[in-house]
Amino acid sequence: MYKTILAIRYLLKRRISYFSVIAVALCVFVVFVVITVLSGLTAEFKRSTYLSLGDCIISSKSLVGFGYYDDFVKILEQEKDIKAVSPVVRNYAFVTGTLESDKEPRLERTVEIMGIEPLTHSQVTEWGKWLSYHKEDVINAFKPNFAPNLAGCVPGIGLMSERDSEGDYQIPKELPKVKFEVNCLPLTAKGALAKAGAGEINTKTFYCSDVAQSGLARADWNQIYLPFEDAQVLCGMDGQPKRANAIFVKFKAGVNLEAGCDRVRTLWIDFVKRKANFPLANLLEKVKVQSWEVYSRQIVAIAETQQTLMILCFGMIGIITVFIVFVVFYMIVSHKSKDIGVLKSVGTSNGDVLLLFLGFGLLVAICGSAIGSAGGWWFLVHINQIEDWLFRHFEFQLFDRRLYAIGDIPNAIDLKVLGCIILSAIAACLTGALIPSWRAAKLEPAETLQVNQL
Amino acid sequence: MSRDDYILKAEGIYKSYRMGVADVKVLKGVDLAVKRGEFLAIVGASGSGKSTLLHIMGVLDKPDKGVVRFEGRDLSQSSEREINRFRNKMVGFVFQFYHLLDELNVLENVFLPAMVGKGVVGWLASRKKAKKRAAELLDQFGLSERANHKPYQLSGGERQRVAIGRALMNEPKILLADEPTGNLDSAAGNGILSVFEKMHSIGQTIVMVTHDERIASRAGRIITLADGKIT
Repeated sequence: MYKTILAIRYLLKRRISYFSVIAVALCVFVVFVVITVLSGLTAEFKRSTYLSLGDCIISSKSLVGFGYYDDFVKILEQEKDIKAVSPVVRNYAFVTGTLESDKEPRLERTVEIMGIEPLTHSQVTEWGKWLSYHKEDVINAFKPNFAPNLAGCVPGIGLMSERDSEGDYQIPKELPKVKFEVNCLPLTAKGALAKAGAGEINTKTFYCSDVAQSGLARADWNQIYLPFEDAQVLCGMDGQPKRANAIFVKFKAGVNLEAGCDRVRTLWIDFVKRKANFPLANLLEKVKVQSWEVYSRQIVAIAETQQTLMILCFGMIGIITVFIVFVVFYMIVSHKSKDIGVLKSVGTSNGDVLLLFLGFGLLVAICGSAIGSAGGWWFLVHINQIEDWLFRHFEFQLFDRRLYAIGDIPNAIDLKVLGCIILSAIAACLTGALIPSWRAAKLEPAETLQVNQL
Repeated sequence: MSRDDYILKAEGIYKSYRMGVADVKVLKGVDLAVKRGEFLAIVGASGSGKSTLLHIMGVLDKPDKGVVRFEGRDLSQSSEREINRFRNKMVGFVFQFYHLLDELNVLENVFLPAMVGKGVVGWLASRKKAKKRAAELLDQFGLSERANHKPYQLSGGERQRVAIGRALMNEPKILLADEPTGNLDSAAGNGILSVFEKMHSIGQTIVMVTHDERIASRAGRIITLADGKIT
């Protein structure tokens, strides 16, 4: 009982204890806020990536693609666990974008083109929800309102508009008449240029029929969606058999991702065997069946690596906290050596002295964690208001919305993360307090009492 | 005198301290026996080893050689648990500089040994009794009004009386006092000696270390420590 009383009194009456409480509180606050925001950003990025891919991707890394995709799509559509299937053509193209009223193009750059069927692709991904003008009419997404008979395309919103400092794209009520000239190098099934000589590129003009805003910078700033057949023609994939680069698959609700992917993989292996003697069967062997997580591993890994690095940095802060607690406790034990001598003279055991100071460390950890958690919680709840206020008064943004494809700063609090941070803080404090407490426990009473007499 | 009349015995005690490269021999074969109910004063010059001897007798320090027996039992053979129990129940210490805990008030300082001697459950069961005992001790030493004060709010004499209260809290069989008046003016010192005399009159065994022969003269028996030996 006296250990608890003394630990509480040491905490309340020793000003130096406040420094260790503040150090722990600051550490918990910073780690809590940064991990929450970074985890939110990573989770948001992963979610957006998932929503742009579906559950399972059957794809070839080669730009040549693979044939018989339509046969396999039919097989997949008969599967009870599969909700929708979308074949996709992907390639790179040089694009010029020109306003109808201008003579000179405003955009000249290489982009990724993606040939899709709007309706099926919207069933597999969230593509339909990314549109600004055809949300309710996805099937006509490639029909420009001003001339439905012209070939339409849907550029990523970053190709049409720039983000303002609030993070919003300016989308006009009336879609401007912009034509995109798409120039693509068509490849044969063997990977050679389909057109040798002077006219070796395929060119087609598309009119902007909508804009897509996925929330993924690489898609919004670097991608143009085209009608599937047009993309096939541009890329030279319209020969027999017709080719695609990927098939995106969406499972029905409740289907286990790995089990679903395994089933698709089995079907694909059977399919490849059955097509073994068909022309271009060799292309099928290069195809992989992957879950969206594996497929997007490379890009998601970048975000996760950043998060891991940041957590490691804060691990260093944790070590500094341990050191601060160690120093403070070392000083307290030095100042309290007389008390330790007195306690031992009235029968306190070494173990009880150890427990007394470890209990003190625990109190520091609990108080510091409570203050840091409460402060972090409040800060996270108000982080977007604080950022708005800072921007209004000082034009400061934590994440410059002209550069980062995010709206609000993610601030969803994960109690498990908070629990881990608090437990880590407690472990750090106990670690920092352990050696000084051990030293206190080993002090000889006569030594401390005599020293204090001098 | 029968063997049981000796409550505490120090036999052939040697103790030295390392000072730089040299060993300083403080105690050179001290033999001392304390009778039950005795008020014994150990006198000697500064640095003669009085406090060291007292600490060894109270098991706050270990001799290099020699045996301390409490009621006939060799304390060097005791376990740590038994030593802690001995310090808590059998002996009470009074120090020159009081050594009260600043974080506790006067009453809490007095009943501290009772708290230390019991676990949480034991303390909760006995705390009323312990607080009553502590309050009685304070009343006995004229400190009732000071029960809720902090040590720094008391005079030197008052602090020493609180320290005596703490030493007597668990009704120890022997009270070891190390220069109890060394830090007090003569009036306060006399007050403390009066308390000791009163405790002695009701049978308390007291061993007091002092360098002042006038103070030692208030004890029933005086021994002198010089050059590491009792003379």
